[in-house]
Amino acid sequence: MRRGQFFRKKWPYLMLLVLALAFPVLFPSRYVLQVVTMSCVFAIATVSLNLILGYTGQVSLAHAGFFAIGAYGVAITTKAGLSFWLALPLSALLAAAVSFFVGLPTLRTRGSYFAIATLCFGVIVSIVAGSWISLTGGHTGIVGVRLPDPIPLPPLGEIGFHSKAAQYYLVLVFLLLTLFVMHRLVNSVQGLSFVAVRNNEVLAGSVGINTFATKLLSFVIASFFAGLAGGLYASLMRSVSPDVASINLMFSWVVYLLLGGAGTLAGPVVGALAISALTESLQFLAEYQLLIFGALLVAAMVYCPRGLVGLAETAGRRVKVYYRRRVGMRSDLEG
Amino acid sequence: MEVFIQQVFNGIMLGSTYAVVAVGLTLVFGILHIPNFAHGHFYMLGAYVTFFLMTSWKIGFWPALVLTAVLLALLGVLVERIVFRPMRDQPQVNAFISAIGTLMFLEAFVMVVWGPQGHRIPNPYPETVNLLGVVTTQQRLLVIAAAVALIVLLHLFIKKTVMGATIEAVAQNREGAMLVGINVDRVSSITFAVSAATAAIAASMVAPIFMVSPAMGALLGMKAFIVVILGGLGSVPGAIAGGYILGLIEALGGGYISADYKDVFAFGALILILAVKPTGLFGKEIG
Repeated sequence: MRRGQFFRKKWPYLMLLVLALAFPVLFPSRYVLQVVTMSCVFAIATVSLNLILGYTGQVSLAHAGFFAIGAYGVAITTKAGLSFWLALPLSALLAAAVSFFVGLPTLRTRGSYFAIATLCFGVIVSIVAGSWISLTGGHTGIVGVRLPDPIPLPPLGEIGFHSKAAQYYLVLVFLLLTLFVMHRLVNSVQGLSFVAVRNNEVLAGSVGINTFATKLLSFVIASFFAGLAGGLYASLMRSVSPDVASINLMFSWVVYLLLGGAGTLAGPVVGALAISALTESLQFLAEYQLLIFGALLVAAMVYCPRGLVGLAETAGRRVKVYYRRRVGMRSDLEG
Repeated sequence: MEVFIQQVFNGIMLGSTYAVVAVGLTLVFGILHIPNFAHGHFYMLGAYVTFFLMTSWKIGFWPALVLTAVLLALLGVLVERIVFRPMRDQPQVNAFISAIGTLMFLEAFVMVVWGPQGHRIPNPYPETVNLLGVVTTQQRLLVIAAAVALIVLLHLFIKKTVMGATIEAVAQNREGAMLVGINVDRVSSITFAVSAATAAIAASMVAPIFMVSPAMGALLGMKAFIVVILGGLGSVPGAIAGGYILGLIEALGGGYISADYKDVFAFGALILILAVKPTGLFGKEIG
């Protein structure tokens, strides 16, 4: 691809990147930055859920469990004195390792059976987190988790993470990293076999794809990034409690993913950011918030079943058709 | 030995509730293929309606129970019509999201109307009974008896009435059922009505023993799903067996090993059983 072509094709993404980088300058409010940073953490979790649910077609409801393993991993090891930059990858690897052993029995099942089996694992993690008091602090959880350690930069001093803007950039880097890995993955041969398993598992098996290994790989990679998101969450919130393993958190990611658009790269990010913004702006409704949100959710599923990205695609196509028709009419008149 | 019998009795009582709620769910989930995660919230709402009728309208326990069942059946029909019918030709995950929307709505509704705190329903039969060395209340015995009666009635409804036969026909082959002139929309409505009503009756029976709270539906709904999957999707005998198995595992594991981890045993057992039998105990096809 020539350079000019690259910019012509990718300019909307570059615009978004510039906007994302300029965001803390445009909105310096601590509250807004905190909300956006946390929605970016959840966006990482949702992007990774998209790999197993959206691309591989396996409805895993264990994702909050792996998020919690990452969160508790970072909280416990940094409290014990380990550097954050070592604790984060180790905790994500731990989540991936656990998911391997959870995947072995549960991936033998299909469809709803898999959804419920993984849901069981998620619930087990939340119960253990609430009951294993000596390790997890029980229902109060662990408080006073360290912020990410400053990165030393010899000539200039160091990059600290005390300001909200720095925390935002930290999460943004990890979100972009996750998106980059997912982009490369789903566009590879391995990514095609994920989609093949989603579209028709029997057919995928008959053309020589090891469907079990494919599903297991997708599950383990997705869980790694869920653990990574959990580790970031623990360090930035400076505390963890069994809530990080709660079913409600899990359900909210499925909602972000489905409303954003499953099986697309942009969908989960759009969903996580848009719906977090929506729930924050519905705060004034107090106890009526979930009443309205629940009704909106049902309406959204009835009226735009393919999510926001699907809605945008349909709208884009209509505009294009309309535009072509106008251009066509004009050239007819001229010719 | 006495402790053992006591725990088995507790397990049977828990299992009776699970079985009844799960049979209602397996009709919707196994037959209509709708993952209705709001099923536990029908149960919760049923308990609240009984509570409301008994305390605000001063209606007796039994009339309140019947009225609750009727009201929840109507709600079931309404939810099917508004929330799930438009999802019919879409992937199952979409119906799952709609179900989450519904459960958020129902839980928030109950919070707004009755507040977040728990309530207690006056127990109509609080006398204790001594049965084979097990000390229990009449209400607990009633829960078991009512569950058995309800399961028998449901069985007769499905096997002996024309309406029940149409439900079974749709379960076996949707297109075939349409070809012989069965109105699938009507079957869906009836299934939802029956499903919601049984959940409501189970809730009304148990509510005088436990507290009524907005959160009571979520965990039970999840366990109902586990029971349905444990027994095999769409299998009514499977749901009944699964309910009692889950109740016994919970009571014995909780009584003998650790009360904190009783749900871990139940959920862990399901993962192990599915690892050996990926379609559940009585499941036939892969769904």
